Amino acid sequence: MSTTEIDRQWTTRLRKRVEGKLPPEKLLPDTQPAYVASWIYVFGVATLSSLILVIATGTLLAIRGPIWWHQSSIGHFVNSLHLWSVEIFFFSMIIHLWGKFFMGAWRGGRQLTWMTGVVTFVVSIVTGLTGYVSQTNFDSQWISTQAKDGINATGGGAFFNVLNFGQMLMWHIVLLPIAAVILTALHVLMVRVKGVVPPYEDEKKVAQ
Amino acid sequence: MSKKAFRPDVDAPEYKGGYSPYDIIKEGTIAIVIIGLLTLLLAVFFGSPDEKAITVKAWSNAAPVDFAQTAVEELNGTSGTAGYGAPYNHNATGQQLGPLTLGKWVGVHIPINTVRDFIIAPLESQPSLPGLQSALAQWKGASTSVKNGWVANYTKASNNMSFSNGQLVVNATNSGPVPVLISDLTSMARSGALDQALITGSGYYTTDYTKPLLFLADSDYFPTLAAKQHLTGSQWGMMNETGQYPGQAWLWLYTFWYQVPPFNTSPNADVLIWGMMMLLTAGLLLVPFIPGIRAIPRKTKVYRLIWREHYATHE
Repeated sequence: MSTTEIDRQWTTRLRKRVEGKLPPEKLLPDTQPAYVASWIYVFGVATLSSLILVIATGTLLAIRGPIWWHQSSIGHFVNSLHLWSVEIFFFSMIIHLWGKFFMGAWRGGRQLTWMTGVVTFVVSIVTGLTGYVSQTNFDSQWISTQAKDGINATGGGAFFNVLNFGQMLMWHIVLLPIAAVILTALHVLMVRVKGVVPPYEDEKKVAQ
Repeated sequence: MSKKAFRPDVDAPEYKGGYSPYDIIKEGTIAIVIIGLLTLLLAVFFGSPDEKAITVKAWSNAAPVDFAQTAVEELNGTSGTAGYGAPYNHNATGQQLGPLTLGKWVGVHIPINTVRDFIIAPLESQPSLPGLQSALAQWKGASTSVKNGWVANYTKASNNMSFSNGQLVVNATNSGPVPVLISDLTSMARSGALDQALITGSGYYTTDYTKPLLFLADSDYFPTLAAKQHLTGSQWGMMNETGQYPGQAWLWLYTFWYQVPPFNTSPNADVLIWGMMMLLTAGLLLVPFIPGIRAIPRKTKVYRLIWREHYATHE
């Protein structure tokens, strides 16, 4: 096989593209620009960490099925861990979002990084809602019967029936988490490819 | 060829400053440990709410008159579900976004006929009760106008309905089989059989609770319980959960619109608020491309607080 032929292979092309865009020192950096020194950066890491805990506690709940946590004190405790990791996840993500807004984090060709972040936020909200309506308790009864009116008014309720426990549980534990994880991975990879957005030009210096 | 002008809200300046050591793996590990401990502490001290689900059995035993009156509304077509429109039936146009009736356009995909699904089909699943089979036969054999006459007479009488010694007391005349149907449905509900009939109507295995939830949502009993738990729409609705828990606090903006005019009195509130939230979400998504909005961070200068160390050393 000639070298040219190897170079033309899809696999070779993909590898070279990945190596060019995301060399190991970018994927797992050991230095950061000095401006990355603010508490606001903590909330991106906190969002990612709490997402890992949300998935871990959700996986534990999935092992024994959706009714287990009503019947077992251990199950109820795992549910409490799931709830609070979700609360921390959203709290961190919202602070992260506003922090990035006030940093103008889309500058320098980072528009897609911003957009994947916003889509992840929306997907997370839908994941949260499907979780609340899959609890198989009074909260899920009330929240689902309230939420149906909004979704039905848009026509979406015909396909996304919040009163259908089986459908909501599948979305909550399979479809939406897959979407959230893929989007988060893309978001993080984009941050690694493009780097953390630099500060705005110092206007005093610009004026000089 | 001239160099393209620097756009401060789109372009980022080239960073020429120094770099600091950064251990991404260590940082991630520490973050997981700290968030894990915080989660553990919150779970230990605050737990999580788990108010038991309401059954039709519990509802009809706690409030038999409310159950029976709701059943009458399902029969006479005045319940929320009976007059809902899409995606359950064709009995209403549904909410409108200007000239757009989105729900109606999409159509009926989860067909619910409250008379058939909530009253007649469950009663037909019952073993032969004295009087029930003939009442069902009488109902099915009657014309629509005759049925409407029976139901109208019973509806009038049901305003003074009471419950005594395990039986509904209704002074109804010229109501045909309706008193038997409502009375037997109430007995069925109080025994727990209606819960089963509503969810197993389409087969043995089921995970779809659309019918019992819609029936329950038509009652006065269910929203009264929700109001006690600060869960109704005017109490910031579904972003809350039972007990003193944060709930879905991230839905605050969505829920906020339901509290203020014109939405809090509009019959089209849901579709108006959903439309607006979709627009706002699209706006958030497209912030990097919207002149004016994307300039807000540069003009408000909050970034100087975020990068205060950077500016302190570079000025």
